[in-house]
Amino acid sequence: MSETTVQDQRTVSGVAIRLEGVTKRYPGQQKPAVDAVDLEIAAGETVMFVGPSGCGKTTLLKMLNRLIEPSGGKIFLGDEDVTGQDPDRLRRRIGYVIQAGGLFPHMTVGTNIGIVPGMLGWDKKKIAERTDELLDLVGLDPEVYRDRYPKELSGGQQQRVGVARALAADPPVLLMDEPFGAVDPITRQRLQDELLRIQEELGKTIVFVTHDFDEAVKLGDKIVVFDVGARVVQYDTPEAILAEPAEDYVADFVGAGATLKQLTLTRVADTELHTPITAQVGEDSAAVVARATEAGEQYVVVTDGRGRPVSWPSVAELSRTTSVPGTRDDRLPVVGLRSTLNDALDTMLAASQGGVVVTGRRDSVAGVLVVEQVMAAIQATRGETRG
Amino acid sequence: MWQYLVDRRELIAFQAYQHVSLVVQCVALATVLAVGLAVLAYRSPRITGLANGISAIGLTIPSFALLGLLLAPFGFGITPAVVAVVFYAALPVLRNAVVGLAGVDQSLVESARGIGMSRWATLRRVELPLAWPVILAGVRVSTQMVMGIAAVAAYVLGPGLGSLIFSGLSRLGGANALNATLVGTIAMVLLALVLDVVLVLVGRLTTSKGIRV
Repeated sequence: MSETTVQDQRTVSGVAIRLEGVTKRYPGQQKPAVDAVDLEIAAGETVMFVGPSGCGKTTLLKMLNRLIEPSGGKIFLGDEDVTGQDPDRLRRRIGYVIQAGGLFPHMTVGTNIGIVPGMLGWDKKKIAERTDELLDLVGLDPEVYRDRYPKELSGGQQQRVGVARALAADPPVLLMDEPFGAVDPITRQRLQDELLRIQEELGKTIVFVTHDFDEAVKLGDKIVVFDVGARVVQYDTPEAILAEPAEDYVADFVGAGATLKQLTLTRVADTELHTPITAQVGEDSAAVVARATEAGEQYVVVTDGRGRPVSWPSVAELSRTTSVPGTRDDRLPVVGLRSTLNDALDTMLAASQGGVVVTGRRDSVAGVLVVEQVMAAIQATRGETRG
Repeated sequence: MWQYLVDRRELIAFQAYQHVSLVVQCVALATVLAVGLAVLAYRSPRITGLANGISAIGLTIPSFALLGLLLAPFGFGITPAVVAVVFYAALPVLRNAVVGLAGVDQSLVESARGIGMSRWATLRRVELPLAWPVILAGVRVSTQMVMGIAAVAAYVLGPGLGSLIFSGLSRLGGANALNATLVGTIAMVLLALVLDVVLVLVGRLTTSKGIRV
């Protein structure tokens, strides 16, 4: 996988997906579970499938990698008709992530990630390098996690490894079936941020099934709202769906509080971030304190060797030490650049702090967001919707 | 009894060796057969029920009777002994293998298929390793059980410590008869314990650290 150097120009490594009249009938059922769905998904886009349970969205997703064989219709990846292709070979080109990661408990994290490259016949050295690279990508230190077993990881970490495994052979398409359904809200939000960050780097074509509309708004470039029989009710950007729901059905699904939903539409990156004074672990405290005082700052963001935030002490706390301590603050409020203001506010409330550290590429510090700015954004959007 | 042991140590050692060899080979063969059958059976609830029924009923057949019946087609010697021991050894393994395979989390199977593992690769790399501790527990039960059944096999002139016990029993009251029976029985119990320890070690070596409890 090549690293992107151009930041503002999005790389796209995904391919388009096209469905033509895709249908699934189960024997003994009158109505098809999925009824002649036509859908086009552009390369490099994240498309969210939402709808009530039993509407056929998961069935449709599983037909994309033929875990469920369609009874009719055609599926194209790029220009290639894959409807008749050998399913096992097709699936090695399509990443698949399920709830809780679906990791194999008897294999180490490294082995789990290396399965697909192994099946594709990569040599051992290349697989090992790729494994480390992916662990790094999903924010887990390869040295620490490579040889661990899934049971030794937290739910969120398992899910990260699940994503790494799906990305192992650099597939153009990623299918995600309610992947973050089983983790607590804070972890879910972090995982969503990670996914946004990874997608920013890789530009895969992602199809993501969820029943959580907020998640759909946050992660999706486009959202497909389904009704029974996988009928496409509306297929549009989150903004458009929130602003103009196509039917009452969609409006009901989107739910009340649409004004505050706008908070879910505003990304942290869209607000003006404050650039904090940063200090590396092990730096001379006095120098850092001097730097902060000169800039008129009360707090300093401490980062590790790779620019990732470790803690967020006050200048007063730092001045009591001789060198900047490396103690990791587990309750440090952190959000990603692509997080929503909603997430940022949630994180602040959960940590009882008036601000959050914002991280960008590879979890390095991008800035700081304070509660006043979130409030200002709320005021602004309320003003807009009133006017 | 000590004198008896010292005098016949070579014969006893040979018979013990034969006994263990019969048990180990039969259990190995039975494990392969039973796991193979379980693989064919576990996906269908009906065949699973059938397999469980057979293992339950099969264990109620007295080994002495089965050996006697096997004499007709196979005659005296090693063949009926091996057939009977494999039959009994396969039953607990079959049952455990079916239960173990059916107990593998279906989401893991789907996950394996979803990342492009073939049916066979999923079985070999995911389902069997995850079911292995349960299968191995069945192998341990089998081994203990057929240690005794292998002794009965001496009735059809099969190899092993059984001949020591039977010859002792048939001339009970005679010289060294009690000694022969006792030595045969105690040796069998000791060997059973040793084999069990070996199987526990095999289990530790062949079960992934990730699923060890």
